[in-house]
Amino acid sequence: MTKTADIKPYLRLERYPTIWCAGCGNGQVVGAFLRAISTLDWDPKKVVVVSGIGCSSRASGYLNFNTMHTTHGRPLPFATGIKLANPELHVVVMAGDGDTTAIGGNHFIHAARRNIGITMIVFNNGTYGMTGGQCSPMTGHACKATTAPYGNLDTPFDICKLAEAAGATFVGRGITYAPVKLESLITEALKHKGFSVIDAVTQCPTYYGRLNKMGSPADMLTWQKEHVISLEKAASLPKHVIQDKIVTGVFVKDLRPEYTTLYRRLHEQCGEDDCHD
Amino acid sequence: MTKVAAMVGTDAIAEAMRQINPDVVPAYPITPQTSIVETYAQMVADKLVDTEMINVESEHSALSAAIGAAAAGSRVMTATSSQGLALMWEMLYIASGLRLPIVMTNVNRALSAPVNIHCDHSDSMGARDAGWIQLYSEDAQEAYDNIIQAVRIAEHPDVLLPVMVLMDGFIISHSLGRVELLEDQPVKNFVGTIQPPYSLLDTKNPPSFGAFDGLHGYYFEVKRAQAQGMLNASAVIKKVGTEFAGISGRSYDFFETYRLEDAEYAIIALGSAAGTARTAVDELREQGERVGLLKLRMFRPFPAQELVDALSHIKAAAVLDRSDTLAGSIGGPVFVELRSAFYEAEKKPRLYNFIYGLGGRELDINMMKQTVETIQTGMSDGVVQSSVAYLGVRE
Repeated sequence: MTKTADIKPYLRLERYPTIWCAGCGNGQVVGAFLRAISTLDWDPKKVVVVSGIGCSSRASGYLNFNTMHTTHGRPLPFATGIKLANPELHVVVMAGDGDTTAIGGNHFIHAARRNIGITMIVFNNGTYGMTGGQCSPMTGHACKATTAPYGNLDTPFDICKLAEAAGATFVGRGITYAPVKLESLITEALKHKGFSVIDAVTQCPTYYGRLNKMGSPADMLTWQKEHVISLEKAASLPKHVIQDKIVTGVFVKDLRPEYTTLYRRLHEQCGEDDCHD
Repeated sequence: MTKVAAMVGTDAIAEAMRQINPDVVPAYPITPQTSIVETYAQMVADKLVDTEMINVESEHSALSAAIGAAAAGSRVMTATSSQGLALMWEMLYIASGLRLPIVMTNVNRALSAPVNIHCDHSDSMGARDAGWIQLYSEDAQEAYDNIIQAVRIAEHPDVLLPVMVLMDGFIISHSLGRVELLEDQPVKNFVGTIQPPYSLLDTKNPPSFGAFDGLHGYYFEVKRAQAQGMLNASAVIKKVGTEFAGISGRSYDFFETYRLEDAEYAIIALGSAAGTARTAVDELREQGERVGLLKLRMFRPFPAQELVDALSHIKAAAVLDRSDTLAGSIGGPVFVELRSAFYEAEKKPRLYNFIYGLGGRELDINMMKQTVETIQTGMSDGVVQSSVAYLGVRE
């Protein structure tokens, strides 16, 4: 199924070529997402993709679903409104790491806290690619960015830990080097009832790679390969060994009442008991 | 001794900032502003300046940090565009209400939706009542000059208001142009050092900024004082504009006129469109048409009386707006304010509004000439039905 999945019907090919640079990983993440969607056999009319602002957020324009390209950092509030208005829809948010953890950080933690049934795919390339490679909250410590030419002083977030602490009920991380695993992670996230987060680690060869002398896009993928470690393996290793590794897998898979379900329940309860008194 | 360089607008701004050497620059990337802070970040990293630069997590935080730093008595600068300015909205009013002399470049870009990264003035025009002084620039040279003057204007004790310097996105920000750069020392002497009347760091006389002052407090009086600061700004802007000629040879006023003295018809524009208008005026003059240009530099405060004086002899004028008030049939912001300024004037031109260039739509010389032709026809046989027209829109 995975190898033969025809994802073309899900694409607005008339909008091609994409704006993404050669070697960019955004297409790999979108590809994994579309193959995941194709295995679920959902009615495309019931799928809504909401995106923020940035390179990866341009994805919504290329996808043949109901899509909404919103403002920087705010796709989650838009998506929350969509989901609350019509909980039957499959709502997916696509946003970059800057969108998710900087300007939209507040929305991210509160969507997780509410456990609203939205799947959030974070295209995490560790930089603001669209505006030219500035430092984001996911830029590694001491890594270079156009606004940190001699290295970043800050420490990045761990998106998965952040999501878990804030209350997300499905949290996973994948890499573009392993697109099949990424696809199955996204499939699980899409099926999950509650707020699900995928930290999709991807490469930006044009800015991040160039500024940090990481070589070609293939070199950047090799770097991922050399630094990846599964959650199961990492669990038995001491902290200092895994600190510069990309730990992948499912970090959280939990069941907690989903927000729109709770909302509907309250609504029904109010209808019976007449809450207005 | 000046140096002539070929520079894009964003580099001209960064160069002026280097010479000014502000204490604090908090910033967040947004197209097309980003190159300013990127260039400036490199200058900070290379120790060309003493600035404390803060890479914040949003524009709201950028202006918040700027406000905090300015309240602590620092000289603060930042830059933004479009959605970034929109996100700063809450803080724009805090900056002006606290009378903090922050200088910010806004590289004009259209506001979403739909998403558009190209030039129009809907971002800064939306902020026109936020209590900030607004200076528009025709090219990179003016943007460079305006930034240097803005520091003096903002920090003047009679003013103490934040200043926004506007520069057209891409058309100026990313286009290479001729810029005369001043030597560092004259710029440093011109801007001097900041003398804040109150500072959070003044431990002997600790002030309180912006606190709730009760139900019977002084909010109204604070706003009245703010209005006075804006009134006072006109004289200061004129004085600083004249003094600036002393170090640069270029003097600045509220607006600039071109072949307007004996004109029957006028084009009124701000930003880069003025350059296109000037060429159109020359070509129309060659054909014997008596056309002139008024380029508006200062939109806040609005030089109402001066504009009336400069334009009362005109038969009809084409007022160009690169944004719309979307308020019905009243036209764009420049038109609305200019028409209001003429209400009590005895002699007034017929004013026509042309809304152009939204989302970066091209404005060429022929379109500019077309505006003049339209108002001429309107004056001779009254065929022009509406005072407000959209120029270059696909109907």
